[in-house]
Amino acid sequence: MFKIIDKKELCENVHQFRIEASHLVQKAKAGQFVILRKDDKGERVPMSIGGLDKNKGLLTVVIQEVGKTSASMNRMKIGESFADVVGPLGIPSHIEKFGHCICIGGGVGIPPIFPIAQALKMAGNRVTTIIGARNKSLLIFEEELSSASDRLLITTDDGSYGTHGFVTTVLQKLITDGEKIDMVIAIGPVPMMKAVVNTTREPKVKTLVSLNPIMVDGTGMCGACRVTVGGKTKFACVDGPDFDGHEVDFDEMTKRMKMYAKYEKVAYEKFLHNDCHLAKQIEEMR
Amino acid sequence: MTDENKNKPINKKERMKIPRQKMPEQLPQDRVRNFKEVPYGLTPQLAMEEAKRCLECPKPPCIAGCPVEVNIPAFIKLVAEGDFIGAARKIKETNALPAICGRVCPQEEQCEQVCVLTKKHKSVGIGNLERFVADYEREHGKVEIPKLPPSTGKKIAVVGSGPAGLTVAADLAQMGHKVTIYEALHKPGGVLIYGIPEFRLPKAIVQSEVNYLMQLGVEVKTSYVVGKLDTVDELFEMGFDAIFIGTGAGLPNFMKIEGENFNGIYSANEFLTRSNLMAAYDFPNMDTPIFVGENVAVLGGGNTAMDSVRTSLRLGAKNAYIVYRRSRTEMPARIEEIHHAEQEGVQFMFLTNPIKYIGDENGWVKAMECIKMELGEPDASGRRRPVEIKGSNFVLPVDTVVVAVGNSSNPLIPQTTPGLKTNKWGNIEVDPNTQMSSRPGVFAGGDIVTGGATVILAAGAGKVAARAIHKYVMGIPFDEPKKEEAKPAVR
Ligand SMILES: Cc1cc2nc3c(=O)[nH]c(=O)nc-3n(C[C@H](O)[C@H](O)[C@H](O)COP(=O)(O)OP(=O)(O)OC[C@H]3O[C@@H](n4cnc5c(N)ncnc54)[C@H](O)[C@@H]3O)c2cc1C
Ligand SMILES: Cc1cc2nc3c(=O)[nH]c(=O)nc-3n(C[C@H](O)[C@H](O)[C@H](O)COP(=O)(O)OP(=O)(O)OC[C@H]3O[C@@H](n4cnc5c(N)ncnc54)[C@H](O)[C@@H]3O)c2cc1C
Ligand code: SF4
Ligand code: SF4
Ligand code: FES
Repeated sequence: MFKIIDKKELCENVHQFRIEASHLVQKAKAGQFVILRKDDKGERVPMSIGGLDKNKGLLTVVIQEVGKTSASMNRMKIGESFADVVGPLGIPSHIEKFGHCICIGGGVGIPPIFPIAQALKMAGNRVTTIIGARNKSLLIFEEELSSASDRLLITTDDGSYGTHGFVTTVLQKLITDGEKIDMVIAIGPVPMMKAVVNTTREPKVKTLVSLNPIMVDGTGMCGACRVTVGGKTKFACVDGPDFDGHEVDFDEMTKRMKMYAKYEKVAYEKFLHNDCHLAKQIEEMR
Repeated sequence: MTDENKNKPINKKERMKIPRQKMPEQLPQDRVRNFKEVPYGLTPQLAMEEAKRCLECPKPPCIAGCPVEVNIPAFIKLVAEGDFIGAARKIKETNALPAICGRVCPQEEQCEQVCVLTKKHKSVGIGNLERFVADYEREHGKVEIPKLPPSTGKKIAVVGSGPAGLTVAADLAQMGHKVTIYEALHKPGGVLIYGIPEFRLPKAIVQSEVNYLMQLGVEVKTSYVVGKLDTVDELFEMGFDAIFIGTGAGLPNFMKIEGENFNGIYSANEFLTRSNLMAAYDFPNMDTPIFVGENVAVLGGGNTAMDSVRTSLRLGAKNAYIVYRRSRTEMPARIEEIHHAEQEGVQFMFLTNPIKYIGDENGWVKAMECIKMELGEPDASGRRRPVEIKGSNFVLPVDTVVVAVGNSSNPLIPQTTPGLKTNKWGNIEVDPNTQMSSRPGVFAGGDIVTGGATVILAAGAGKVAARAIHKYVMGIPFDEPKKEEAKPAVR
């Protein structure tokens, strides 16, 4: 069983879990992901690896509540277990000595940037990390990333912390200032990754993005995760998740991610309703 | 059947007069609204009556028609005598999965095709009888756990839990070896669990086969992707003496035509996995959703296509089409499934091929442009090759498409196992007498070797492999292959 050893709320609707998965943790590398299933009725949901404690055998994942499954996972308690943690899946991020690397993370894309920044630094790169959030209270993993990077730059959409603007505001400035950049890797919401790719296209800076389409098995068996990269269909779970950002058809991916929107809404509302209902019942019992 | 002639010996002529007994089944209009199994199975009376039809041929051709050579007349004789448990045991001497094979074997091309009755009458219902006795044995709690020999101390890893893996594991455990199955998905059974729908193969039957294995001491580790968590070489390092690879042909083929990534277009694997493995037909009670619109086109003519199209009807499709580029006679699906699909209202569009998809502004498929085909010269497979009829294009409005045009093998294991030889399709090459690959101690069988085939062929390969693995780990030399029966158990 995959027991939750430790859990904390990082910000509103975002929880960090440390899960017992020693075998997986020994094998996993930066840039890979796992698939979690809460219980027997549960959906298989992919989550990035947000940290690997090889000594204790603990896997870190950071889950943002966006629908029924993520919501019910975030209500799990320390000591409870996930029915399944499958992995490590996907190809690890390509790590070598590039020179100066820029790691960019947004939202729940920030945690997976952490092991990647660590690995890049270990490989002898100079690592600049840019992380962004809507406002100060939503910024996560600042401490981890400041330890893993040579330089940490922070942006908030509302200017409540760090630079006022988006991660691309800072990235554009670095480019305009003429900094030598050998490689960029960006993980975050699709609009953010798209904006990063548009910023680096003209100056022709190699840019990797980590894609998060809808998945089922995560082993190449179903094709749910197909994305168009360089005009060809790829399965993100086995051919990725990292791809050359300049080749990715983000518009198609955005549309594909809405395939079940109608159903997801029903499930989420039903869940929240039952949740409220339950809370009320518990309240009444007291 | 009246009481007075019950025990009277019956002659050949009388036997031939008995009509083939029909298996009762759910009415089409009822079953299209549920996922319950379509046929109810034979009753003991019907089974005994059907069994009487077998002529007990002295040189029974049916046995040779079965890839694992079930002793058909012997088990049928036991059915006729009312010894259903004995009949089940008889089958199990060569086929470990009779409840499954009785349901899903393409009998009309195997055992029943060559039954002597087929020429003039209808063949003996071998599959139906096989299913009956296996169900009877299970439902009456009579499945016997054999006494296991003393442990050999040998450890064998089985990768994949489809029919090939389940059979290898069962046989090796009964020879006293310690077997561990590694399965990538969260439930064991392979295609039997994630692919073939409940209405054709109840999942409880597959589960009971798995439970049986566990009673034999087989350990089943699910959610364990070999090649990612541990490679084949790492399994050897963990102390396994031999490894069997039965990972199937799980990689879905697409047609590579314009617009194939529009929303609403599924691979059959995804569609069936959502419905079967994830039980999405029970959404939102189950967490995984599935989308089925009003007009569903399923591309292909095999069992996978039939399973998909019949699933789509059960999930509410108004029009469910099979779009197949050849004609009816070339369809590889089992006849029973085609027949059931027809009864349920599936519309067949033969000699038709999609050439592109048309989508709406939100990226959803709304129509499929098709072209009519005609049959030309026979191709390598011996089937007449379909060629396009110029200018015959037409547009079919659809909002869901399921692509069921075959699977390829998953490259994960070959990629992570140095020295493992594969052919140009990525299938693992083995010696057919032993199922051993180019890597000593690494055996393989089922769809990963043959490409998409059948349950019984996978199980048969598992049997051959189990015998060879036993010899390999015990240090017994393999037999010299005999020339004319180079591959007796598996055709
Ligand atoms: C490689 C990868 C890494 C990911 N890493 C993280 C992470 O570290 N933290 C995190 O919070 N989220 C991550 N996600 C996204 C996460 O999987 C989805 O948010 C989650 O599945 C939503 O499930 P739900 O039932 O709560 O929401 P739903 O209501 O089902 O869906 C909300 C949205 O999530 C997406 N989604 C739904 N189902 C899936 C699915 N099976 N696979 C992928 N996306 C889906 C869809 O775009 C959907 O519109 C990752 C996704 C991928 C593919
Ligand atoms: C929809 C459908 C309907 C069918 N209908 C029929 C029918 O009616 N009659 C018939 O005879 N045949 C039918 N077939 C074909 C038949 O199911 C297959 O030939 C048979 O299941 C092959 O068995 P197998 O043991 O080789 O592999 P599979 O059943 O494919 O099982 C392989 C297993 O290995 C697992 N695996 C793969 N890679 C790894 C890995 N790296 N690590 C761990 N585990 C792994 C997979 O998850 C899977 O569970 C059908 C097939 C499909 C898809
Ligand atoms: S295993 Fe299949 S082919 Fe063999 S006798 Fe049974 S139904 Fe016929
Ligand atoms: S060929 Fe037909 S009639 Fe003859 S033994 Fe086999 S099943 Fe019976
Ligand atoms: S998730 Fe099924 S193929 Fe990628």
